[in-house]
Amino acid sequence: MQAFLDQLWIARWPLWEGLLLTIGSAAGSILFGTLLGVIVGVQLAYAPWWLRLPFRIYVDIMRGTPVLVLILAAYYIPAVAGLSLGPTQAGILALTLFAGAHIGELIRGSLQAIQPGQAEAGRSIGLTFPQLLAYVLLPQAVRSALPPWINTGVELIKGSSLLSIIGVGELLLKTQEVIGRNFMTIQFYVFAGILYLAINIALDQLGKAVERRVGQH
Amino acid sequence: MSDKQHPLLAIRGLKKQFGATEVLKGVDLDLNKGDVVSIIGSSGSGKTTLLRCVNLLEEYQGGEIALDGETIGYRSGDGRRRRLSDRELSRQRAMTGMVFQSFNLFPHLTAAGNVMLGLRKVLKLPKAEARAIAENWLARVGLAARADHYPSQLSGGQQQRVAIARALAMNPKLVLLDEVTSALDPELVQEVLNTVKGIADDGATLLIVTHEMRFARDVSSRVVFMEQGRIAEDGPPAQIFGAPKNARLAEFLRTTRH
Ligand SMILES: Nc1ncnc2c1ncn2[C@@H]1O[C@H](COP(=O)(O)OP(=O)(O)OP(=O)(O)O)[C@@H](O)[C@H]1O
Ligand SMILES: [Mg+2]
Repeated sequence: MQAFLDQLWIARWPLWEGLLLTIGSAAGSILFGTLLGVIVGVQLAYAPWWLRLPFRIYVDIMRGTPVLVLILAAYYIPAVAGLSLGPTQAGILALTLFAGAHIGELIRGSLQAIQPGQAEAGRSIGLTFPQLLAYVLLPQAVRSALPPWINTGVELIKGSSLLSIIGVGELLLKTQEVIGRNFMTIQFYVFAGILYLAINIALDQLGKAVERRVGQH
Repeated sequence: MSDKQHPLLAIRGLKKQFGATEVLKGVDLDLNKGDVVSIIGSSGSGKTTLLRCVNLLEEYQGGEIALDGETIGYRSGDGRRRRLSDRELSRQRAMTGMVFQSFNLFPHLTAAGNVMLGLRKVLKLPKAEARAIAENWLARVGLAARADHYPSQLSGGQQQRVAIARALAMNPKLVLLDEVTSALDPELVQEVLNTVKGIADDGATLLIVTHEMRFARDVSSRVVFMEQGRIAEDGPPAQIFGAPKNARLAEFLRTTRH
């Protein structure tokens, strides 16, 4: 145990950086993915079929493809097209596209679950469609999508470990590098596992707290 | 405004179908400013559909609706009629208020927030002014103390009174009320009817769909009987309830008398 703690102390800065990058890439992709997902969800719920179709195809492709494949695609395809993305950028792009599709489906579902009377009441006081969305429909949809949205955050934290494949120095890659120096394989993998678990439990608790608050009205 | 040559609401030959079924088969109806008109009729006769057409919540296939002289909902030119844009429809909808059977309050906003939304976003009033108007209207429907309550914290009758305040606060030319008490527990009906009576006495122009015959008789300047997508009889309450000419109306009244 003492030996492990000594090694941990030596490796504290690389592991800290890895942890920050894990949280950072998950946070970045949930942020961009949420913006994308709201747009996607609104189109899926209200756009005419010809506009809805490309969004539907995007969502179905993203949801049917393993995250690892998305990450590799985001890393290698732009390079072929002459666009060079760094590994971190490519990784966040992949996770954003993944999150956008999932959040898009969430938002679509919660928009369609709102009683039609809400839109009618909004219309009858003279709101235009964009105002109706902004002040009546999306606030309600976002509330009911919050708990599963937190789950998407958990998925992203877990999914970010796959970024180690393309060389993003997040928690898993840093852990592997540390193990490469000190050969304490089990101890450091367990340690990394505990960190992932701690973040996800914290997110889960946050989700439950939010759900309780929102559930009040 | 020039002296009133046109009625406030003029419905001419209104036709509406859902798929192959014709629900409104040519409805003509006029309302002058300050009129309180109740529509009665059996279930499925098209009362709700008529109100929804006037509030532009439904499209219709024929006829014309004019509000204060302006044709609403459609523009016709070179032999075709086209539905107006979202922006135009919204502007026209703001001229009428609607109170729904199921209240349809916005659950994420307080009572005051519900009343203020249209004032802020449609009429673009500053926040303090919108709040003052909302408080004023909530007080008029007897809910001054409930301004900061959410709909889930209010009884059905209170929610419906907030909905009435929300519609009236926009200062609409015409208010449409569709069976505003039929989703309520019996003991809550009267408080809402009294509220409607109050706004009628204050001079609002109301088009009311109701199954409350006594209320229709008390509050209306005219009563309209709808039957199978048409207006079968239109007259003062004394005529409609006392000496109905239409045989179907007489039968309807016999079966709904309490
Ligand atoms: N969205 C719709 N799609 C298809 N048919 C509809 C729709 N809305 C109403 N209808 C039909 O139109 C007819 C008139 O309905 P409407 O709701 O206007 O009647 P109503 O007079 O308000 O009846 P009630 O007293 O029961 O409220 C009914 O036959 C109804 O089934
Ligand atoms: Mg009805």
